[in-house]
Amino acid sequence: MSLGVEPDPCARCEEMLQPYLDRDLTDGERAEAELHLDGCSYCRKRYRFEVELRRFVRQAAVEEMPPDLKAKLAALRIPLH
Amino acid sequence: MGETTPEAEPRKLAEEARDRVRFEEEALDLADQVYRVARRLVSTREEAEDLMQETYARAFRAWRSFQPGTNLRAWLLRILTNLNIDRGRRIQRAPDTQPLEEGDYFLYNRLEEAGREPSSDEDRVVERLSQDDAVAALSAVPHDFRDVIVLVDIGDFSYADAAQILEIPIGTVMSRLHRGRRILKQELAEKAVGSV
Repeated sequence: MSLGVEPDPCARCEEMLQPYLDRDLTDGERAEAELHLDGCSYCRKRYRFEVELRRFVRQAAVEEMPPDLKAKLAALRIPLH
Repeated sequence: MGETTPEAEPRKLAEEARDRVRFEEEALDLADQVYRVARRLVSTREEAEDLMQETYARAFRAWRSFQPGTNLRAWLLRILTNLNIDRGRRIQRAPDTQPLEEGDYFLYNRLEEAGREPSSDEDRVVERLSQDDAVAALSAVPHDFRDVIVLVDIGDFSYADAAQILEIPIGTVMSRLHRGRRILKQELAEKAVGSV
C-alpha cells in the first residue's frame, strides 16, 4: 500500500469514463485509461456496464409519434395563394 | 436596372412557392425524429403534441429564416426548446444548489450491493432495470440537465449542436451532460433498488 499520497487509479479511471465513451480524451489520457482497463476487471466491468446503460436508456426513452400528429402538423402549412 | 420585368415577378413567386413547399416537406419528414426528442423534454404526451404543433406552426411562418444546407432538425429543435422554456416549463426549475451527485460507478455499485450485479454476460445488464424505471428516472432529472441528455444521448446531437439549440456555451453542455448522467444514475438506482 502506498502512504495515501498517490491518487487511486480506479478513481482516476472512473473520472475518465464519460469522456472516454464520448471520445473526448486526449490520446495520452485515452492510452492511460486503456492501460488501466487492461489490468483492472473492476473498472472494465463498470465501463462495459456504462456502454450497455447508455444503449438501454436510449432505447427505453423512444416513444414513437402518435400516427395522427403528422396530419395535424401538415395541416398547419400556410396555403399557397 | 433594378426594375423587375412583368414576367420576372410571377417567376420569383413560383420559385418561392417551390422553396417553401420543399422546406415544409423536409420539416414534416423530420417530425418523427423531432417528436422523439420533444417527448422526453416534457412530461406528458399531450404536452409533447402541443409543443410539436406550436413548433411547426412557427417554423412554417418563419421558413425564410432557415438557411438551406444547414441542419434543419437542429433548427426545429431550437424553436421547440425556446417555446418549451417560454412556457415556463410548468414544473420547477432546477434549484441552484444540486446535491453533489455520486460518481460514475455508483449505479453498478448499488446494483452489486443489492445482489443484482450484472452477470458476466453483458447483454443481461439491461434486464436488471426496467424500461419504466428508465423513463421515470429520466423525467426526474432536473430540466437543465435533462435537456442536454435528451439532445445528445437520445437525439444524437453533437455538443456543438446542443450548445446552439440551447443557446449555452459548449463547456456548459459538457458539464451538464456529465452531471446529468450521474444524476440519472442516482435516480435509476433509487427506482431499481430503493434509496440508500
